[in-house]
Amino acid sequence: MLPIGHYLFLGLALFIIGAIGVVTRRNVIVILMSIELILNAVNINLVAFSRLYGDVAGQVFALFIIADAAAEAAVGLGIIIAFFRNRETVLEDEMDLLKW
Amino acid sequence: MLDQAIFYLFAGVAVVSAILTVTRRNAVHSAIFLITALLATAGIFLELRAEFLFIVQIILYVGGIMVLFVFVIMLVNLDVAVRQLQFARQKWVGLLISLALAAQVGLMLWSSRKIPGQGVPVLNAVPADKLPPNSEEVAKSLFSSYLLPFEIASVLLLVAMIGAVVMAKKRT
Repeated sequence: MLPIGHYLFLGLALFIIGAIGVVTRRNVIVILMSIELILNAVNINLVAFSRLYGDVAGQVFALFIIADAAAEAAVGLGIIIAFFRNRETVLEDEMDLLKW
Repeated sequence: MLDQAIFYLFAGVAVVSAILTVTRRNAVHSAIFLITALLATAGIFLELRAEFLFIVQIILYVGGIMVLFVFVIMLVNLDVAVRQLQFARQKWVGLLISLALAAQVGLMLWSSRKIPGQGVPVLNAVPADKLPPNSEEVAKSLFSSYLLPFEIASVLLLVAMIGAVVMAKKRT
């Protein structure tokens, strides 16, 4: 097994790429995909530490994160469909009903 | 040696397709590159001997969540969005802050490995052939120590399912 730092740096890289996607893109669907990237980066860290310590709890938590990601994607995409039906847009800077 | 080659292969694929995911103009291309990134992550799980998570990642993420994404992309007409501005107005500020965060965390990881006893731990992991069967261990842990979180996760999925159905329902 490689030193744990390799996995941490890979997780950091994926997390930052996902964060850049969240803050810079306009399309809400791509923003949701970037959130999936962030959750994956966390999973890599959890599984790497689970392997390092020989404790399977990290993998169980990664499973819970995957279940959360599924729930989040279902609700988020439902919101996007409902919003698109009302406003005919999926761009985040046009979602400004609560702004003044 | 083989571990290293596999890790660098999958890590390279994951990082490159993650970058392409957030930079492609067309959302369908983004979805396809996200699928590659998730598959590469599954490969890293396999390299870490987490066989159960490897299968769950492929079946649930690539087979379930990504199908949902592609389905919604087809429902939502994106032909207009492709021709519009791709990045938000705050893109440079966002990029700068994200890279500052990357520099901070990277510096912390990089410097903490030199401090003995305080930094990121460098232990000798269990050899791969001494590991217990993975799925069995995950099931034991999931259904004994983490039974309550497991039940709560099932309730969460039920709530998410009802919420998605209610929100996507046509108003009559």
